[in-house]
Amino acid sequence: MQTDRQFLTQTQFSRRRLLGMGLGGAVMITTRPLSAAADQADLEAARQSLFGARPVQSGRVSLKLPPIAENGYSVPLTVGVDSPMSPEDYIKRIAILSPRNPVALISTFELGPANGKAEVSTRVRLGGTQSLQAIAEHSDGTLWSGEMETVVTLAACIVL
Amino acid sequence: MARIRLAVPAQAKAGDQIEIKALIQHKMESGYRYDARGKRIERDIIVRFECRYQGAVVFAADFGPGIAANPFLSFFVTATQSGPLEFIWTDQQGETWQEHKMLNVT
Repeated sequence: MQTDRQFLTQTQFSRRRLLGMGLGGAVMITTRPLSAAADQADLEAARQSLFGARPVQSGRVSLKLPPIAENGYSVPLTVGVDSPMSPEDYIKRIAILSPRNPVALISTFELGPANGKAEVSTRVRLGGTQSLQAIAEHSDGTLWSGEMETVVTLAACIVL
Repeated sequence: MARIRLAVPAQAKAGDQIEIKALIQHKMESGYRYDARGKRIERDIIVRFECRYQGAVVFAADFGPGIAANPFLSFFVTATQSGPLEFIWTDQQGETWQEHKMLNVT
């Protein structure tokens, strides 16, 4: 009897939570996030811990994502960097950062002259409509970045 | 347990940039989901992938919870000599899964 009651309160809780989250999700789809600045700060913090305070220049990096992602649980992503990938001039590392996911750092890729071409594809989770950033670290230490905005219809992490 | 799928060309000419695709079956539980009883599901993800060509690491990736289930990667390697390509995945507990493919360079 008591366990039934317990179960009931738990299911009610999760239903309410689901409704609340559904509403929140709907609002987030139609409007820009109100706390965008704070989330952008998380991205900056992740970038600092990876690359320190070095300046990041915009360009050379192309980030490709679908303009509209129906399912945030699996979004194809391709990042390419303009580099000869020779032993003297190559890309060491690429980081994919999100201003909207619970964890800003999605992934890092380690490359070298053996790759011949600085291009990597994967599939990511997106917690909502956002502009993803890719940062590439060159062998000479300079950092370059590229961005791409994706509209996410069904966000990962929001729905149960 | 974990199923691995690899796409590596069987033959390549020296100097060719070959595309390699690697996928492993894994739920990549993010740690942000709740079960039907409202209990948080613990995080369980693969944290690192490495590709070795002739013994040397030529490509590696560190994953966070933002990588989708059944993590897929596609990248390039310049073919130099015939030899094995090894693929290693490591999860957060340190468990590893390995697979290899022979590459014939003509």
